[in-house]
Amino acid sequence: MTGAENSIPFHEMFHIGGGDFTNAGSISSQVKKILIRAGFSRGVVRRASIATFEAEMNVICYANRGNLSLFIMPDALRVIVEDEGVGIPDVDLAMREGYSTATEKIHELGFGAGMGLSNIKNHTDGMILTSKIGQGTHLEFVISLEGKDKEKVVPLFATRE
Amino acid sequence: MTVFDIVNSFGLKIRAGKNRLAEEVTGGYAGDLLSDVIAHSRKGSIWVTIQTHPNIVAVATMKELAGIILAGGREPDADTLKKAEEEEIPVLVSPLFAFEVVGKLYQMGISGTG
Repeated sequence: MTGAENSIPFHEMFHIGGGDFTNAGSISSQVKKILIRAGFSRGVVRRASIATFEAEMNVICYANRGNLSLFIMPDALRVIVEDEGVGIPDVDLAMREGYSTATEKIHELGFGAGMGLSNIKNHTDGMILTSKIGQGTHLEFVISLEGKDKEKVVPLFATRE
Repeated sequence: MTVFDIVNSFGLKIRAGKNRLAEEVTGGYAGDLLSDVIAHSRKGSIWVTIQTHPNIVAVATMKELAGIILAGGREPDADTLKKAEEEEIPVLVSPLFAFEVVGKLYQMGISGTG
């Protein structure tokens, strides 16, 4: 892509409040609006919506606070979620479908099914999950862009002076 | 079979999404855990739940569901209705409990696997 080496990928960061159930879903909703406005295909928007929704809910349900960053790269969407909290003692166990550490309040609202991380994995093209006990969790995932979706990226880039 | 056919068949009340009642219903899903619905529901399905908060609309939109039936006489939150109108997702209410709602849908020929 011409000029890509001088271009700054689109980047936006959102703050997520731990326990902030009133605003649950608002961040993933904003990400979805950005992607729809940019003209990405329905499939890409749907997969990104699902993955960011699950990531956002994990921070709200289990962490003290977190940041979600959306990067739109020339050939992929990348989302990084960093949170501060108790962390995940066993990442492999956390990835297992049905495993949940949700409280009753979380369950009452319909969250805590123990499927959030596997939903992210199944709807994205790559996922990294690491955690430090007592500090927090780092989650990254990528959705590859193909064909017409790649054309949507160019107008989003700013150019370095 | 459309959402409208279902509304008429067992007298559901329409709370939102009047413009989308002609949508074809190709299956059904019942569940109150949102990630479970995200994982297993299919596009075009009608969703039976007792959750009433706005995230049910987010889930229905993400999965392109035909509509939501709130069972047990539950009413959607005000924010839920607002979001449902924005996203054009039919939200319907039944006084019947979920088990009976699903039973009636099944009798109408709506199968879970879609």
